[in-house]
Amino acid sequence: MHELSVCEALLSQVRATAGTNHATSVGRITVRLGPLSGVEPDLLSQAFSIARNGPLTSDASLHIETQPIRIRCRECGNENEALANRLLCAACNGFRVDLISGDELLLAQVELRGVARPPNSPTERKENSDHV
Amino acid sequence: MCETCGCSIPDHNHPTPADEHTVEVLTGLMDANDHAAGHNREHFNRTGTLVINLMSSPGSGKTQLLERTAQAMKDRVTMAVIEGDLETENDARRLREQGIRAHQIATGSACHLDAHLVHKALHDFPLEIDGQTTDILFIENVGNLVCPAAFDLGQHVNVVLLSTTEGDDKPAKYPVMFRAADLVVISKADLLPYMDGFKVERAEQSLRGLGVETPTLNTAAGREPDIGAWIAWLEQQLESHRQHHGQAASAA
Ligand SMILES: Nc1nc2c(ncn2[C@@H]2O[C@H](COP(=O)(O)OP(=O)(O)OP(=O)(O)O)[C@@H](O)[C@H]2O)c(=O)[nH]1
Ligand SMILES: [Mg+2]
Ligand SMILES: [Zn+2]
Ligand SMILES: [Zn+2]
Ligand SMILES: [Zn+2]
Repeated sequence: MHELSVCEALLSQVRATAGTNHATSVGRITVRLGPLSGVEPDLLSQAFSIARNGPLTSDASLHIETQPIRIRCRECGNENEALANRLLCAACNGFRVDLISGDELLLAQVELRGVARPPNSPTERKENSDHV
Repeated sequence: MCETCGCSIPDHNHPTPADEHTVEVLTGLMDANDHAAGHNREHFNRTGTLVINLMSSPGSGKTQLLERTAQAMKDRVTMAVIEGDLETENDARRLREQGIRAHQIATGSACHLDAHLVHKALHDFPLEIDGQTTDILFIENVGNLVCPAAFDLGQHVNVVLLSTTEGDDKPAKYPVMFRAADLVVISKADLLPYMDGFKVERAEQSLRGLGVETPTLNTAAGREPDIGAWIAWLEQQLESHRQHHGQAASAA
């Protein structure tokens, strides 16, 4: 299973985020996962429970937000949800479709502990600059 | 002044407890791999090499197809192979016996190749030797229909083999892998007369169910080889690759 390599990539991004913000530990980690990413949520959780043991993340928890598969038909423009192996237009049954969502594999949020000031992330920084 | 963060705004909210903050990150978990894959692609484009990532279940006939391909093309096309295998050097040896360069990556327990492993191989196994560049590099991935699909290696084309001794509903069972394919090769087509359970039309239908227009072609690489459609497809890929990458041999 490659979920272990994916999990190691996840933890190194999490630790980098924690490091930049001088956090002492990490709480909840939120990942956005589509069924067509090739990563199984259960296997990722299993891998996480082993791989988190290490600096900063030994108390961390993993929260997986599963994304729906959505497609748009190139023939008729219809949009619908679909199953991973039935990616067909619900209106015209066509197979010429584009994937709108469902293959995500993203680190969305990290909860940092031991951080006195609002963390140094693009979104937060924008907020900071508003109140100079 | 805000007592929590020390800034000059008198009144704003802080999460509780005060030393806990949630940051939005929104980075792809495959970013490090994809970055390395991009670097591999630079290597490939420097020598104008067309790179094909071959994937399938174990034993679907990847190595045998490459052996037959070497026999058919090696006199007019410079070919090389990077083999990803769990333990042995066998596949690389089989290809060297066909007179082409082959490099084995022993993945150990890893069930897939990733861009870093391929990058390391590229430094041990250059695509240009004494001014002779490689026209096609095949990367034979580890036999596995799940894990390799998630890792971009920097290849230009993904080819997935589906052998007639497997179920013709494999695309529906492994949608991520088959969606990644730019071509699906129905291999061991010589066995079709004996395989009552395998119908090419059903395999194609299963593939269409994934919402892709991926072409398919048949190959037989056994005792009586028939790989004409595959060779024609390769020639056409080479031609369009040369056009896109400006490596026209007539430039000199
Ligand atoms: N009849 C027939 N047998 C084939 C064909 N292609 C491969 N085989 C046989 O199938 C077996 C496996 O073939 P390989 O080429 O080693 O398969 P592979 O996909 O490279 O296997 P792994 O690298 O272990 O995943 C061998 O015994 C081959 O001789 C074919 O086109 N027809
Ligand atoms: Mg092989
Ligand atoms: Zn695996
Ligand atoms: Zn439609
Ligand atoms: Zn390099």
